[in-house]
Amino acid sequence: MKKMHIDRRSFLKVSALGGGGALIALYVKPAAAQFGPPVPALPSNYIKIAADGTVTIMAKNPELGQGVKTMLPMLIADELDADWKKVKVEQTDFDDKKYAGQIAGGSTATPTNWDPMRRVGAAGRAMLITAAAQTWNVPESEITTDSGKVLHKASNRSMDYGQLASKLDSIKPPALNTVKLKDPKDYKIIGHTQQGRDTHAIATGQPIFAIDMTRPGMLFAAYQKCGVFGGKVMSANLDEIKQMPGVRDAFIVERPVPNENVLPGDPGLENGIAIVADTWWQAQTARKKLQVTWDEGKWGVPEQSSQVFQQKADEFSKGTPQRTIRKDGDAEGTLKSAAKVVEGAYSYPFISHAPLEPQGCTAEFENGKLTLWTNSQIPGNARRLSAEACGIQQSDVTLHMLHGGGGFGRRLTNDYAVEAAYIAKQVGKPVKLLWSREDDMAHDYYRPGGFQYLKAGLDSSGKVVAWRNHFVSYGEGERFASAAAMGPTEFPQRFVPNYELHTSVMPLSIRTGSLRAPSSNAFAFVIQSFIDELAHAAGKDPVQFRMDLLNAGTPLPPPPAPGQRGGFGPSGMDANRMKGVLELVADKSGWGKRKLAKNTGMGVAFHFSHLGYFAEVAEVRVESNTKVKVNKVWVAADIGSEIINPGFAENLTHGAVIDGMSELMDQEITVDKGRVVQTNYHQHKLVRMAQVPPEIEVHWLKTNNTPTGLGEPALPPILPAIANAIFAASGKRVRSLPLSKSGFSWA
Amino acid sequence: MAFKLNVNGKSATVDVPGDTPLLWVIRDVLNLHATKYGCGIGQCRACTVHLGGRAVPSCQTPVSAVGNQSITTLEGLSADGTHPVQVAWQEIDVPQCGYCQAGQMMTAAALLAKNPKPNDKDIDSAMNGNLCRCGTYLRIRQAVHRASEITTNASAHTVQTASVNK
Repeated sequence: MKKMHIDRRSFLKVSALGGGGALIALYVKPAAAQFGPPVPALPSNYIKIAADGTVTIMAKNPELGQGVKTMLPMLIADELDADWKKVKVEQTDFDDKKYAGQIAGGSTATPTNWDPMRRVGAAGRAMLITAAAQTWNVPESEITTDSGKVLHKASNRSMDYGQLASKLDSIKPPALNTVKLKDPKDYKIIGHTQQGRDTHAIATGQPIFAIDMTRPGMLFAAYQKCGVFGGKVMSANLDEIKQMPGVRDAFIVERPVPNENVLPGDPGLENGIAIVADTWWQAQTARKKLQVTWDEGKWGVPEQSSQVFQQKADEFSKGTPQRTIRKDGDAEGTLKSAAKVVEGAYSYPFISHAPLEPQGCTAEFENGKLTLWTNSQIPGNARRLSAEACGIQQSDVTLHMLHGGGGFGRRLTNDYAVEAAYIAKQVGKPVKLLWSREDDMAHDYYRPGGFQYLKAGLDSSGKVVAWRNHFVSYGEGERFASAAAMGPTEFPQRFVPNYELHTSVMPLSIRTGSLRAPSSNAFAFVIQSFIDELAHAAGKDPVQFRMDLLNAGTPLPPPPAPGQRGGFGPSGMDANRMKGVLELVADKSGWGKRKLAKNTGMGVAFHFSHLGYFAEVAEVRVESNTKVKVNKVWVAADIGSEIINPGFAENLTHGAVIDGMSELMDQEITVDKGRVVQTNYHQHKLVRMAQVPPEIEVHWLKTNNTPTGLGEPALPPILPAIANAIFAASGKRVRSLPLSKSGFSWA
Repeated sequence: MAFKLNVNGKSATVDVPGDTPLLWVIRDVLNLHATKYGCGIGQCRACTVHLGGRAVPSCQTPVSAVGNQSITTLEGLSADGTHPVQVAWQEIDVPQCGYCQAGQMMTAAALLAKNPKPNDKDIDSAMNGNLCRCGTYLRIRQAVHRASEITTNASAHTVQTASVNK
C-alpha cells in the first residue's frame, strides 16, 4: 500500500483525484462527523418556497439508481417540516461553489450529508418561524410548525409557508451548528417509505437519462479506440468513411496518454477515431467499414494475457513475496507449531461494470464555452478533464447532471464525457456521443482480478492463532493498479495474534477501477470462504466459529487524530456491531435449527465495508452436484440509527444480493495480448429473473450510531454466503471465481 | 427508403435504410426515448416494444420487417402512467436506476394481455429475457401480480357494470 497522508481537509480532494470509490472504501474514517469539511450549506441553495406554497428542494448528488435524489431531500424536508406530498425535487447542476460532495461513490452520501442536510432543513424552518414571529408580532418561542404551516396556537392562527415566501429573503439564516434538530421520534418523512422521485418519469418513459438528451441541430458520434490501451492510429480509411450515408465528419484524435506501468485512474482524452453523423446508427454503420492500422505500443504483447497472469501468480506463490504490508507477531513461526494448518489458493477475475445504459454524453461547444449533459458519478472530474481536453478554463464549463442508467463505479471515470466534449469542439455543433455495448465492455475500468494464497493455523482448541496471506495483484513497485490494493488492516488483522500480509505485483495493461464495494466485493469472498474452511477444520459451527473470532479481537483503535496517518478501512470495524448482525441473521434464518432437504445447505458470511455491518445467510440447493438454486437469503444489517427510506433500502439490498450472485456465478473478463476478450452480456452474464431466490429477507439492526451508506456494503457477504452454502450442500469448496469455471450453473 | 409506420396509434413515415433497427428509428428519428438501447444483440431486452401485440426486441427488428404491424412503445401504453402495468410499477416503486424498466413493462404488458392471471412461473418464464442490472426482479414479479390484480378487478368491474346495465 502506498502510504498516503490524508487529513480531514484533503480527504475529498484526494479521493476525487485518485478515482473515488477505492480510496473512499479504504480510508473513510469511522465517525461520520469527521468526513471531509462540513458542507458549506446555505439554506437558500437548497430550499425554494413559492408564494403558492410549493416547496422545492434541490437534490445535489448524482442519481444513478441509488435513490439519493429522494433520500437527501427527505432529510431537508423533515427538518423543514414540509409536506412531502407537496415538495418538488429538482436536480442541481454541478456547482462546487454552492454544493459540496457532488459525488456518487463510496456509499458516502448518507454519512456525509445526514447532519448537514438536516441542519439545512432546520435552518429553513427557523427562518420561517422568524418570519412568522415578525408578521404576527409574537415571540418565536410561541410558534410551531406542522407539515408546511406555521402555527400560533395561543391566538389560533396559522399560515401556509407560501405566505411567508416573500419575507424569507430579508431573514438571515442561522448558523447551522446552532439550529435545533428534531427528536428522531418526531420524524414524519425520515424512516417512512417514500416513492422514488423519478419513478413516475420512469413509468411513463420520460427522457430523463443521459442517452435521451437532445439539442437542436445535434449530431451523433461514435468513437473507435484501440482495444489495447493507448493504441495510436497509424492509418485509417477516413476518406471512404466520410462518403458513407449521413456521415458529416470523421477524424483522428491523437493524444499522448500516460503510458506508464501503472495506468492512471482517469487519464482524460484517449487516442481514437471520431465518426460524426446525422444519426447514431449511421455513425455506427460507417464505423463497421473502418479499416485501421494501430500502433499498439508496448501493451499489445503475449505477456498481457490472463493465462500468463495466472502462471505468474502461481510462480509468485512459490517464492518470496516482493514486500510485506503488515506483520503482527510471528505467523511463520506459529504455523510451524500450530495443531492444524489450513491452506487455500483463492482467485477472482477481472469483471466489468456494464451498467445497462452504455457510456455516453451530450456536449455543446460555443464561443469558448462548453456545456455537458452527463451522468458522471464524479462530475467535478468530468469538468476538469473536459476543460483540459478543450483547452479552456473549468469556469467555462457548465455541467448538467442527468439521471444515470446505473453506475456501479463505472462513471467515476469520465473518458466518455471528455470524448464528447472534444468532438463537439471539433465539430462546432452539439454532439451526442454514444458508446456501443461492445465499446463499454472493451474499455471499462475493470474490477481488478487477484490471487490470494492463504495459510492459517489453529491451536488445539480450534482458535485461529496465525494468518498469512500472500496477495498477488497488479501494479509496479509500491504502486498498485487502481482499486487493486489491500490495506494493512484487512480482516482478520486485529483478530488473529500472528498476522502477516505480503504482496507481489505484476504490470497490467488494462484499466482498473472501483466496482460497487471495491476490493470488498472480492476480498469478502476470499476471507469469509477461508474462515469457513477453518471452521470446518476446527470442527465448529460456522456461526459460532465467527463469533469466537470476533470475540478474539483487540479493542477498536481510536480514530487517528486529524492530520495523522492511519488506515481507516477494516480497522474501523466494531466487533460488537458485527456480532449483533451475525446473531440476528443466525436467529432469523433459523441457523442450525431447521431440518434441510437433501442436497441443501446453509452458508453464512459477514463483511464490514463503507461503515456498514452486514451478515448474510443463504440457503442453497445443489442438484446433480453442479446446478445451484438459491432458495432464500437473509440479510442482517447495522447501518446506524435510522433507515432513511426503508422501502427503497430494501429494494437496494435485494439488488446488492442479486448483483453479487451475478459476480459469483458467471462474470469474468479475460485479457488476450492486452485486449479484453468478452464483448457483450452473452459472455458476461447477469442473473435473470428465474434464477433469483423467491425471497430475500432484510432485517435492520438499528443501533445508536450515525446513519451510514447501504448501496455497497450490502453486496460483499452474499458471494461467500452462497459459496459456503454450496460447500454445506455438496461438499465442494470453490476457491476460484466465477463458479461457472468449476462447472456450476444456476438450476 | 421510406417506410410507413403505425406507432402508438399514429402513422409516421420515415426515410431510413431498410436494415436500420426499429430501435434507432423509434429513438433517433421519431424521438420517442422510453425505448432503450442496452446491448444491441437481443440479450437485455431494454428495447422491448410491441409489434402487432407481441413483445419483441426492437434492436433485432429491422424496420423493413415491420410491414403493417402496429408498433407500441411505453409512451403508447399511456402518457400519464395509467395503464395497469404503469400503475403497478409506481405503486410497488419498482425502479432503481430505471433504465431497463420500459422494456420490463412492455414485456409484462404483453404477458398480461395474453395471460391475465399469471403465476410466478409464468412470470419468470415471460420476463426471463429482460435483464435488470440493478436487480429489481423481486419487485418486478410483485408488480406483475399487482398489475394483474388491477386488470382483473377493472374487468370484473366492467363485467359487473355490464350485467347491471342489462
